[in-house]
Amino acid sequence: MADIYSVKDSASERRVFLKRIVASFIVITLLTSALIVRLIYLQIVVHEHYAMMSKENSVKIVPLVPSRGIIYDRNGKILADNTPSYSLELTPEQIENMSDTLQKLQKLLNISDDKIEAFQKQYKRQKRFTSSPLLLNMNDEELAKFAVVRPYFPGVDIRTHLVRHYPFGELTAHVIGYVGRINENELKELPLSEYRGSTHIGKLGIESSYEKELHGKAGYAEIETNVQARSLNTLSENNPEPGASLYLTLDIDLQKIAYDALEGYSGAVVAIDIKTGGVLVFTSRPGFDPNPFVVGISSDAYNSLQSSPDQPLYNRALRGLYPPGSTVKPFVALAGLEYEAINAQQKLFCPGYYQLPGVVHKYRDWRKGGHGSVNMNEAITQSCDVYFYRLAATLGIDHLHDFLKQFGFGETTGIDLVGEKVGLLPSRHWKEAQRKQLWFPGETLITGIGQGYYQVTPLQLARATATLANKGKVVTPFLVNKIVTAHITKPGPEVHKDTIKLASENIETIVEAMVNVVHSERGTAKSIGKNINYQIAGKTGTAQVFNIKQNAKYNENEIDFKLRDHALFISFAPAHDPQIAVAVIAENGGHGGSVAAPIAGKVIKQFLKSAH
Amino acid sequence: MKTETRNEHFEPPSIIGTILRKLHIDIPLFIALFLAAILSFIILYSTGGQEIAMLYRQAARVGLAFFLMTLLAHVHPYQLKRYSAILFSLGVLLLLAVLIMGQIGKGAQRWLELGFFRFQPSEMIKLTTPMIVAWYLADSPLPPKPRQLFVATLFILIPTLLIAKQPDLGTALLVASSGGGVLFFAGLSWQLMLFSVAILAALAPIIWHFMHDYQRDRVLTFLNPEADPLGRGYHIIQSKIAIGSGGIYGKGWLGSTQSELDFLPESSTDFIFAVFAEEFGLLGCLGLLTLYLIIIARCLYIAAQAHDTYCRLLASSLAFTFFVYVFVNIGMVIGVLPVVGVPLPLISYGGTSIVTLLSGFGILMSIHTHKKRLSR
Repeated sequence: MADIYSVKDSASERRVFLKRIVASFIVITLLTSALIVRLIYLQIVVHEHYAMMSKENSVKIVPLVPSRGIIYDRNGKILADNTPSYSLELTPEQIENMSDTLQKLQKLLNISDDKIEAFQKQYKRQKRFTSSPLLLNMNDEELAKFAVVRPYFPGVDIRTHLVRHYPFGELTAHVIGYVGRINENELKELPLSEYRGSTHIGKLGIESSYEKELHGKAGYAEIETNVQARSLNTLSENNPEPGASLYLTLDIDLQKIAYDALEGYSGAVVAIDIKTGGVLVFTSRPGFDPNPFVVGISSDAYNSLQSSPDQPLYNRALRGLYPPGSTVKPFVALAGLEYEAINAQQKLFCPGYYQLPGVVHKYRDWRKGGHGSVNMNEAITQSCDVYFYRLAATLGIDHLHDFLKQFGFGETTGIDLVGEKVGLLPSRHWKEAQRKQLWFPGETLITGIGQGYYQVTPLQLARATATLANKGKVVTPFLVNKIVTAHITKPGPEVHKDTIKLASENIETIVEAMVNVVHSERGTAKSIGKNINYQIAGKTGTAQVFNIKQNAKYNENEIDFKLRDHALFISFAPAHDPQIAVAVIAENGGHGGSVAAPIAGKVIKQFLKSAH
Repeated sequence: MKTETRNEHFEPPSIIGTILRKLHIDIPLFIALFLAAILSFIILYSTGGQEIAMLYRQAARVGLAFFLMTLLAHVHPYQLKRYSAILFSLGVLLLLAVLIMGQIGKGAQRWLELGFFRFQPSEMIKLTTPMIVAWYLADSPLPPKPRQLFVATLFILIPTLLIAKQPDLGTALLVASSGGGVLFFAGLSWQLMLFSVAILAALAPIIWHFMHDYQRDRVLTFLNPEADPLGRGYHIIQSKIAIGSGGIYGKGWLGSTQSELDFLPESSTDFIFAVFAEEFGLLGCLGLLTLYLIIIARCLYIAAQAHDTYCRLLASSLAFTFFVYVFVNIGMVIGVLPVVGVPLPLISYGGTSIVTLLSGFGILMSIHTHKKRLSR
């Protein structure tokens, strides 16, 4: 049987094929007839109905665009709203001599030739009774000039429409973000029925994270139009649902103090309300003015922002990755106490360097001569590196990693902003998986002082500090406190609270040491502890930008500004009734104590002053 | 064979005819296609706001497409068959490349940027899929055995799924039907076809699960367009108003108010049939459908006349796919099928679709004009 089938029977194949050709043509004819039946139905049977809809007075459905929700700070100050923008529009039908009118207007308002040309192209494509814009975003002077001569220009009008406006400009650019024109890719994923007529969408920050709430839903009006599409009257209106207003936890006054204090440096300041997790300050410097992005930034302006060496478009608070440096020491010390790897009173000797058994390499202390014999309190106060090398070696990387992870290092904080960076908390497992290498003991040492692979964002640092101040109750930062629509007020994102199990006397030990950092004679941030009637708990940090060779001495005057160490500072206050946690990073600031700490000091001072 | 040799002597010795034959052009098909192109320009002049520049752009594309058609008509079917597998593999690789690039870059991508023009691998796959299935089945006895069916189905499914992933539902459908067409013409039993339809129906809920939201939207809108007159149902309602108001005789050329007043979106591309129906009425529609039927009939005739299995299968499948093109587009515009992005063949504005279509007709012409030499 198989043999018979394996022979190719051309004649029979051809017969089958011809049958199929005939069959397919029958199917095709039948289906085409189905189309024709449908066409007959539409064009003969119900023709009258459709002709009515299309003829003479047809009904046109026009979208009604919802107004975008306003964004307020915690005190009700407006951070983003919609302001009227004025444009000069010409209706060709009402203008007798177009070229003459254009000439006069050009002279009066100093309009560039490009704009005149663009207008001429545009208006010819439109109906004679619809207006086309000649000049957008008119300023007061232009408005005043035109207002005087308006009667002489029939058919030329000033039209108003709403444009998103950010009154604080660069101060809020990184947290509020901005809206911009909807692009093709976004259009594809938008629910079209809600966005009919909308031109803008949140691109960054809160504007993007809360796009759904802020935008609202489009409504529509049925408008009777005549055959030339001139509107005659409105038949019915289905009102749009305006976007929700957002009330943030952010304090714009505090934000301004932080931003101004960073003057001269690139960097970030994040402050968190410890009791709630609400973010009080979220600043990244340099910022940029978001307002040009709304109306469409010129490519020159955009390129200069893009290529600026200070990277103003870069959200350092959310996406900047820095080694935490010595700011990690309070956490490492706490790990030592919790795992009972060390006793707080136990003294360790610091000769200025540390060597692993059998290794020549010297792990150096920042103070060349060493700190002598120090206990935990002194080690934190003076930021002794050798103490923490030894403690880290005793703990081991596994304990170190597991303990630090609980504070949110190496994971997103869950803040209600898109685009957050994860950072990196190194571990044996990570190195094997990512680098295909074994973990070396020396790497445990430098992890213990916050160097090496370790990377955190300023936001993560603030969160970890707030969690420490909160006695292990994990703080989840958020920005939106209330979402308010016409009908209901909803709270912002839900915050889940985990608690890290920590012995209260151990926390007390760490807090005492961090108070000493600010308030004792040998503290690395003692400059901010003077003349205040409350206590700040803090820790300075210095993150290396490049490696110094063995036995070479770091001299900040000799090296280029860009290669100077980053200055870090974490803090909370008041030390024994913590309300606010602040993390500061000043890029290339050199010393945490002299540059970063005063910035945090100013923020805390203002916060406590306004709280009482 | 002898009769055909004699036939050659009896053909009227017109100069144009001789030139076209030298060019390997099939005259009836060429005339029909040319008519369609003229019709396209007439209607595009109306939908494009009577802008001549747009017609020039389209003319350049159509010119290129006719040139490619002539070029392909010169390639011997034997060569096409030889390179079927290579061309298909190349097409699949390019599809993968596009998909990967799309994932690296942001969002969906369908084309490769080749300096002065964009190349869509999915267009090439529309031709190479029927080629490889025909190549694979041609040399074994037909109808295909289960094992062959399985392999052929894989050949069809791979590019179809890759394109559906882009996501481009319309093209995926065309690719699937071009491959499926080959199976049908190869003599796939009717029972098996019914069975596959049943399987597909059973799979529908699963496919639904994997669809993008906007694709689900389109299906839902198809089922109930009036539910959302501003959003999803807008196209279909406006297009039905346009067609229905055209009546028997139409509103006359340039008389469309629906597209004129911007009621009808995509009036030059996917929804051009609505404008055509509004301006030329039922009679015009019948004329256009007749033209399409003539083209299809000629292609099926070419397939019936072809001398080897590969040519037969390829030619008939190309004819069938052309019909699917027509049916899916018109069906969607008149509201009997869901809105999938398929242009009206030979009429819609745009270059990619017409280039591929005419390339397909080039292959058909090659099959028809080379067969005498092949049979010797």
